[in-house]
Amino acid sequence: MALLEIQDLHASVDGHEILKGVNLTVNAGEVHSIMGPNGSGKSTLAAVLARRETYEVTGGRVLLDGKDLLEMKPEDAAREGVFLAFQYPVEIPGIGNAYFLRSALNAIRKHRGEDELDAMDFLPLYKEHMKLLEMDDKLMNRSVNEGFSGGEKKRNEILQMAVLQPKLAILDETDSGLDIDALRIVAQGVNAMRSPDRSFLVITHYQRLLDYIATDFVHVLVDGKIVRSGGPELALELEDTGYSSAEASVAAALQR
Amino acid sequence: MMSALRDNGNEKQRDSGSEIEMSKVTGRPNTYLEAYGELIAQRQERDPVWLRQLREDAWTRFQDRGFPTTHDEDWRFTNLAAVAKIPFQRAVKGAVKVSAREIEPFRVPGAACQLVFVNGHFAPELSELSGLPKGLEICSLVGAIDCGMGGIAPEGCASDGIEQHLGRYADARRDVFTALNSALWEDGAYVRIRRGANISQPIHLLYVSAGAGAEIMTHPRTLIVAEPTSHAAVIEDYVSLGGEAAFSNAVTELVAGQDAVVAHYLVERENLAAFNVSTLRLELARAANVSSHSILMGGGLVRNNVHPVLSGDGAECLISGLFVGAGHQHLDNYMLVEHAQPQCSSRQFYNGILDGSARGVFHGRIVVHKDAQKTDAKQTNRNLLLSDNARIDTKPQLEIYADDVKCTHGATIGQIEEEQLFYLRSRGIDEVSARNTLLYAFAAECLDRMQEPAAREFAEGLIRERISELARNRQTAPATAPIEEEVQHWEEVR
Repeated sequence: MALLEIQDLHASVDGHEILKGVNLTVNAGEVHSIMGPNGSGKSTLAAVLARRETYEVTGGRVLLDGKDLLEMKPEDAAREGVFLAFQYPVEIPGIGNAYFLRSALNAIRKHRGEDELDAMDFLPLYKEHMKLLEMDDKLMNRSVNEGFSGGEKKRNEILQMAVLQPKLAILDETDSGLDIDALRIVAQGVNAMRSPDRSFLVITHYQRLLDYIATDFVHVLVDGKIVRSGGPELALELEDTGYSSAEASVAAALQR
Repeated sequence: MMSALRDNGNEKQRDSGSEIEMSKVTGRPNTYLEAYGELIAQRQERDPVWLRQLREDAWTRFQDRGFPTTHDEDWRFTNLAAVAKIPFQRAVKGAVKVSAREIEPFRVPGAACQLVFVNGHFAPELSELSGLPKGLEICSLVGAIDCGMGGIAPEGCASDGIEQHLGRYADARRDVFTALNSALWEDGAYVRIRRGANISQPIHLLYVSAGAGAEIMTHPRTLIVAEPTSHAAVIEDYVSLGGEAAFSNAVTELVAGQDAVVAHYLVERENLAAFNVSTLRLELARAANVSSHSILMGGGLVRNNVHPVLSGDGAECLISGLFVGAGHQHLDNYMLVEHAQPQCSSRQFYNGILDGSARGVFHGRIVVHKDAQKTDAKQTNRNLLLSDNARIDTKPQLEIYADDVKCTHGATIGQIEEEQLFYLRSRGIDEVSARNTLLYAFAAECLDRMQEPAAREFAEGLIRERISELARNRQTAPATAPIEEEVQHWEEVR
């Protein structure tokens, strides 16, 4: 059984249809990349999978491990193993980073029937991951993302992912706005988490992230539909020809 | 002026409707006159001449003015008709017995001492005054007056210094509730912190309203004198036992001498039938540093007046507050910050959370007098409205008579941000907890400004409890409405 199965997914925001029939199957352990021009629906797909309520699903189905993902609230999806690394992580003043992440981890552990971790158990785990992501210890007690640089915010997303150990990690343009060093660190964080029972959906506008994260499949999303799928070589091809060739093939398909 | 009204209700019409009713009673049911007559007779022999004069002038003032109406600019958003028509009775001393066990839940851990008043009367048997730190003098105000008149000095009593300060700052001519209090006060606390004394633990003044079968009014009067270079924190705490309506009309004068550092905490946690008007008048001498922290959680109709006068060069004042209302609570904050001397700074931070049909008011008035050059005054009022029927009126007001000053003001009205809520939920935190966490974070901003650990911990506990109560009382989480925020910023540099 596939870990994630998206069938003919349609979704709208404020009455505008953004996703117009997406089909995608992701098996456990695979890395799938979704590429496409701006406004093609990449971030909408990520948000729908994370169950953001401002996006209205108007058709289709999504199964996560055979369960109906579209029936789930955001917290249920998270507890079932969906993780979204945000393109623009939100600042939350007044809530400590470590406190927040421990609450999240405990909510998920509770759902799995595991014991909750107290601060003493949690801290070493947290610090270890921070070190791997070359994050400053001082960020630990700061408010969530408050005053973080762009790179720190993205690393904080990967840190949360590493601690929460999701089944399906969705990276929404995690590479955007990162310099090469930060990109390398973030990619290392992702690579360290690859495992046979964890899948990744890497959403990116550029091919460069895929130099660091080895992808199994590349899909091209144009105007709310996946128009081409292939292996890693497709990303390289797009880098050369741009999305216009993909878009042209859509136009051709529509004409037929 | 900025207001957000979500209930489509005909607020204006309702106001003027009650206005007629109020003019009939004019805030002067006979019970006030009766109370005044009884009190004057009782205190005839014991009040010194200056105090009798103070009461008499104040009473005349109250009689002339009556309760304000919403035509009065300072009371535009708060209708007192409900208070004015209830025939509140004076509380007879000792009529209601309160046990130490009933007081227990209200104690502040780590307090230096605790003075307890029941329906406005000092209750020595419930108070904790043993082992007072050096340099702290504290007793009941009427006890100190009586002792000054040749009575027996209560323990810890300082009888001198009262005449010099009492009624010299809180102006009965300006404000009718101050007039009413000045005429009818029966007791309260007298706190004196001696020159250079450093009282590290908070002084807890607990004012208890306890059901007495009738609707009780009390007019607690507190005088806090912090002598030069002294350091202390005072918690003034209003609570109820039982659910009966009571009217507390408190006046506190806090005098901070040169270089004194004083923190005042007002905690309002009475029952939802309570009417509470409190007036805090702060007088700051040269380089004094005073902070006022108001935590309004309870009470049905609450008016919180904070009036600092920075009357010495280089004085600093922090005015910080949190008001959390639900149901039909009405929480009105009226700030009047007067800069009278140069080089002073004032900072106001008020956060409001309103749910249900609660209504909040923030009125921030800053007056910069002619001599107060280099004034630096800042005011921020942020509000969260959790329901469509909640309402906030926030109104800045500036009067500047000096020409080299800096004053800034900012106010926001909004809801919990959907993006933040989604972020927390996307990590597995359920909606109610996520909402709770965000609300708490907003409410807890005031904690960062509290310097005294024991007072801060106390406040933290109150805030946590109130926020989770708000979440519990909410049957269902509201639909996430689009964030609607109005922001107004202006800066005036002249």
